[in-house]
Amino acid sequence: MTVDMSQFYEVFFEEAAEHLASMESLLLKLDINAPDADELNAIFRAAHSIKGGSGTFGFTDMTGVTHILENLLDKIRKGEIALRQEMIDVFLETGDVLKAQLDVHRSGGASVDEATVASVCDVLAKMTSEESAPAASSAPTRSTAPVGGKTRFHLAFKRVAKAKLENLLRELSENGDLKVQEESGNENLSIMLDTTLSETELLELIQFVVSLKQVVLATGEIDPTEFAREAFGFFAGNPGAPEAPLVAEEDDGFGLFISPAELKSQQEADAGFGLFEDAPGMEQIKQGEAAAAAPSKPTVVAPAKPTAPATANAEGASIRVSVEKVDQLINLVGELVITQAMLAQTTANVDPTLYEVLLNSVAQLERNTRDLQESVMSIRMMPISFVFSRFPRVVRDVATKLGKQVELRTIGEGTELDKGLIEKIADPLTHLVRNSLDHGIEMPETRIAAGKDPKGTLTLRASHQGGNIVIEVSDDGGGLSRERIIAKAKEKGIPVSDSMTDQEVWLLIFAPGFSTAEVVTDVSGRGVGMDVVKRNIEGMGGRVELDSKTGVGTTVTIRLPLTLAILDGMSVAVGDEIFIIPLNYIIESLQPAEQDVKTVASEGRVVNVRGEYLPLMAMHSLFNIKPKTRDPSKGILVIIESDGNKAALLVDGLVGQHQVVIKSLETNFRKVRGISAATIMGDGKVALILDMVALVRMARN
Amino acid sequence: MSETSPSSNSADNDATREFLTFTLGTEEYGIDILKVQEIRGYDAVTHIANTPEFIKGVINLRGVIVPIVDLRIKFNLGTAGYNPFTVVIILNVAGRVIGIVVDGVSDVTILDSAQIKPPPELASTLDTHFIQGLGTKDDRMIILIDIEALLTSPAMELIDA
Repeated sequence: MTVDMSQFYEVFFEEAAEHLASMESLLLKLDINAPDADELNAIFRAAHSIKGGSGTFGFTDMTGVTHILENLLDKIRKGEIALRQEMIDVFLETGDVLKAQLDVHRSGGASVDEATVASVCDVLAKMTSEESAPAASSAPTRSTAPVGGKTRFHLAFKRVAKAKLENLLRELSENGDLKVQEESGNENLSIMLDTTLSETELLELIQFVVSLKQVVLATGEIDPTEFAREAFGFFAGNPGAPEAPLVAEEDDGFGLFISPAELKSQQEADAGFGLFEDAPGMEQIKQGEAAAAAPSKPTVVAPAKPTAPATANAEGASIRVSVEKVDQLINLVGELVITQAMLAQTTANVDPTLYEVLLNSVAQLERNTRDLQESVMSIRMMPISFVFSRFPRVVRDVATKLGKQVELRTIGEGTELDKGLIEKIADPLTHLVRNSLDHGIEMPETRIAAGKDPKGTLTLRASHQGGNIVIEVSDDGGGLSRERIIAKAKEKGIPVSDSMTDQEVWLLIFAPGFSTAEVVTDVSGRGVGMDVVKRNIEGMGGRVELDSKTGVGTTVTIRLPLTLAILDGMSVAVGDEIFIIPLNYIIESLQPAEQDVKTVASEGRVVNVRGEYLPLMAMHSLFNIKPKTRDPSKGILVIIESDGNKAALLVDGLVGQHQVVIKSLETNFRKVRGISAATIMGDGKVALILDMVALVRMARN
Repeated sequence: MSETSPSSNSADNDATREFLTFTLGTEEYGIDILKVQEIRGYDAVTHIANTPEFIKGVINLRGVIVPIVDLRIKFNLGTAGYNPFTVVIILNVAGRVIGIVVDGVSDVTILDSAQIKPPPELASTLDTHFIQGLGTKDDRMIILIDIEALLTSPAMELIDA
């Protein structure tokens, strides 16, 4: 085939990955005792779609595995086999194998371990056959049952141009063992194909080249009578057909498909088939046609039912757009916002009475830009369920491995956050979950002894709080042990004192190389982790908090900005410079009375704000700028709060409130202490965005 | 380009290379032309606190934040005045966009390997490590610097260690 399939690969990869993910989540949800028919169907459809896609694109390894998987799933959903726990396990394993195979196709690299694939296939096949044997006697046997994962198809083509035929044959031979049985004339052909493809896939494949009207397809051991009649009779008149009493051979020489000798042997072997034994064969044929499940019913119609609902779902719901396109859109809107700000700044100086129309338009533009920006930003927003959905599996696997009983609860899966954050948050979260499972939740015996439910609960909760998204990982396990942490810290040479607050003690576990687990397991406990988690989250502009109560449980709270691209900020002036303070850190701004500002030990200054003494930081001294005023009572104090600590920041004045587009300083430069990023102001100049977390920390030290 | 040479297509011939030459004080320097993105004037630089004096700050280059380094200050050459004629060479090095302030851009010079001599070992503020060679052209000596290695070196403080 000349169509370049590679351009569709990416779509297939994404779809297959989605199907695998949905299959996994459905499997985990499945109630083994009373499986829901819809869910079983959905699982089957997912497997089927993967098979279809992989077949079309020639990823035969995946097709093979899914085919076997599908057989078992099919039997289960038809109620021929009862679902068992081992099956779910095997299905999950199969999912992993498929995922690995998909990765290999997607990114190249080492191929999947053949032995694993084979063993999974073996188990699946065994499950399919061992239980289907008794069932088979009652239900019609599927003659399509794979021989080594392959199905035998008989195909007849008529009036197909030679070039097309060659093309098709080449294509087919890539997908299985092809045997040309007879060429009658130039444009008619019958072939036998042993392939791992399903009927639907095969037809899809053929459809690319020739019209389905020109094809007759039959699966399994063929019933020549019927096949030939269905085959538009194009073999009629073929001379030299052997005279035989059987209906099968009477109709004319379509011994084409199977040589008479073969036919005989087949006839003998296939005693149960009964077609050739009974004299009035035609009646049998009619019955065969009537029975929907007739094994070798020729198929001329292409569409397979299972794929239909899947496509219907996808329609209208969403479109697939590459992330680069979205990012480009966001960048462009960012530029538009800057241009709009420039316009607004320029028009701010014109006479409002003379240019009323202009000013109205500019105001209108500002509203539209803001709406546009919000809509564009929302494209990147995704529900956190994308991350949460992986945890049922993690919890199940880890809990089983550790011999613990754990129930996972997820709350607020619909909470949306930036796609970039979603991708980055997955690893730290996984780490926290594994940590909770390993160190947090106790063994069932311990829990019973402590008077708790033997089944532990792990809760993942996501919610919006102001401009932040808050993700909590909490367990009802044993909690952190203050003594053990302090002892460990002493051992590691970290300065500690027994008078430290619990909060300070908990923070110790974020120190590099800190692990209190007595036994290092392969789940966690190697002492790399919590510090990495903290670093990763801080790298995203977020914070980690930890709360624990011995015997009751531990909660790790992650706070992240909603998006990485935009920020509501207050611009402040210090000397000739403009800085942006993220608005969500600002509590208030005030001009203090002279007597409210006091010094501590002649250096540190504090300001009394309604009875509360806050450390005073002067921006000009932090950033070595020549300010317009050094006197707090002549400047403005911006009261900020970070990590629960308040501080007062002395600036020359407030300039205004903007929504600013965050531009990384680190793209072309490096990290600067006290600065989180940069932005471009209305006049085209660069302004620096203050890193409030770091500043408050600087003030405290 | 002041020089025209039949082998201006340097890709065909490894022996010749093109350099953008610029002056710092009385000295003439050359950098690989392929590292140069554009040349522009010096304006609207936002200062960044607590950085060395030779890091002038950052500019907005069509939506991209670009750090500006004044090589005159870094190498104690020339007078570091800033006016509309001060030249900034925007470079593409190590996947980053960085601007350098120089006294003036001279031209693009093509040198063949015979014209490039290895640098002598000597003590200077510019580590000889970063000097690729000394080029000679019509009695001019052009100091050829490996600008990528120089700007990414820890001493420039442009990149996180």
